[in-house]
Amino acid sequence: MAHLQQVEPDLNDVPDTVDIPIPSSMTATPDTSAPENPPAQTIERVYRHTLPVRLGHWLNVVCLFILIMSGLQIFNAHPALYWGDRSDRDKPLLSIRPMRTESGEMRGITTILGHKFDTTGVLGYSNGSGRAFPAWATIPSARWLAMGRRWHLFFAWVFVINGLLFMAYALISRHVTRDLAPTGKDLRSIGKAINDHVRLRHPSGEEAKRYNVLQKLAYVGVLFGLAPLIILTGLTMSPTIDTAFPWLLSIFGGRQAARTIHFIACFAFVGFIVIHVSQVILTGVFNNVRSMVTGWFVIKHEHEGARHGA
Amino acid sequence: MEHKRAMERRAFLKGTLGAASLVALAGCDNLTQSSWFPGILNKAEKLTDLVQRAVTPVGALAREYTEADISRVFPANGNTDPGTKDYAEMTRNNFADWDLLIDGLVTTPMMFSLAAVKDMPARTQITRHDCVEGWSAIGKWTGVPLGDLLRKVQPLPSAKYAVFYCADVDDEGIPYYESMALQDCYHPQTILAYELNGKPLDIPHGAPLRLRFERQLGYKQAKYVERIELVDSLADIGGGKGGYWEDQGYEWYAGI
Repeated sequence: MAHLQQVEPDLNDVPDTVDIPIPSSMTATPDTSAPENPPAQTIERVYRHTLPVRLGHWLNVVCLFILIMSGLQIFNAHPALYWGDRSDRDKPLLSIRPMRTESGEMRGITTILGHKFDTTGVLGYSNGSGRAFPAWATIPSARWLAMGRRWHLFFAWVFVINGLLFMAYALISRHVTRDLAPTGKDLRSIGKAINDHVRLRHPSGEEAKRYNVLQKLAYVGVLFGLAPLIILTGLTMSPTIDTAFPWLLSIFGGRQAARTIHFIACFAFVGFIVIHVSQVILTGVFNNVRSMVTGWFVIKHEHEGARHGA
Repeated sequence: MEHKRAMERRAFLKGTLGAASLVALAGCDNLTQSSWFPGILNKAEKLTDLVQRAVTPVGALAREYTEADISRVFPANGNTDPGTKDYAEMTRNNFADWDLLIDGLVTTPMMFSLAAVKDMPARTQITRHDCVEGWSAIGKWTGVPLGDLLRKVQPLPSAKYAVFYCADVDDEGIPYYESMALQDCYHPQTILAYELNGKPLDIPHGAPLRLRFERQLGYKQAKYVERIELVDSLADIGGGKGGYWEDQGYEWYAGI
């Protein structure tokens, strides 16, 4: 038996300032309506994500999926990375190439800083064809640089426009300062938060209403660090933009360095997505996805008295 | 029990995510093959063109490098030899008979011999060549500013584009050509180059004359240029997209 406590949507989506009436079942006095069988928990619905946040989120899902995979298609046209301004082909930082062994067999060889790894089947050589990233990881799946660029540059615009709109909304609505910026208390508890996450112990009850410190740092890092970095390094690869803003070449260490940073930032995004999706799954996939679709998030309050009494 | 159920649920979710991304990928391939979707993707090119031109000062120069920055090997992409009989004929006396014709929407169409081009004031620049594939190479180019040539033929006000006709053909006999907006022809670093790294251009790099258009990607840098035509529309030339590579699906605006 559960009590359903509905909270009115707060247009500013500020979970920690939402005025939530304390359910009577949570007060020291046990719920008198069911004294024989007190509720084990109270279910509370909170309006967690506003519409602009939800729209921005799902647009980002589409954009990142396409940008990453069309980006790998573009990378496949010249599967090597360098530092500086020019490509010295005899000394790449990384290269992923098909190579023929002495026995005539094709292998995929990934070379990182001079160290060779056999990555046949995934990188360098897969499904009978020599290509850096396999067909299942690129858009389009066939080798087609011109079309990969069309996808990439279209969705790069969507990503940038969506990002700018989201940023404007988040700053004006104070979503950034209220929900995303870690507080001093957050930062002091970072050790405990890491410990809890490693043990897969996630915040519940009142704690689950706001982002925890690791979440905040991840979102702020992506929003103000990784996303601007990947956009600016992408722009640094544009010869026209380099004439308009030559300082881009200076801060990133050259066009080929910018391309390398762009690639690393791409895999930082992949890492973020993997962790993000696993946290979503670990903390209740249905509740999380519903809250990002409808805005409503359900929080279960364990009823201390009931638990002891039961 | 609880643990096993969680594991099963996790495996199910992983399977669902994997299947969803495969479906999404197949969907992207279908969209790529559709008649309408690439047309939408292509709209980004116009937006990029507009925005990049708006933020880039007309005379802004591409970074120029020092001798020490020059690539030891400057790769030659695309055709590395036109391979036609006419071209082979030209190589025999070191392109002494090479002529450059500039015509179309101009007041006075003119033919320039290679010697006449080399007699004009030259510009030398050490610049970065950015290939659409992703690599870059740095080389020292010497040539005549295209603007100086155009001032001699006096473009008509109706001229919008310069089309570069090249001496090479692909395996199917389709001739190479390229085009650029007329305004870009007057950029100080836009030159018709006849030297690379202090030596006469060799055949793989586009002898005897090739375009350097430093603010755009490598495939715009037409090699083996024998004629420049000023036009007001690209629709009736080649495949109608403004260049050999553009007809293959690459962007006409190659600023990124």
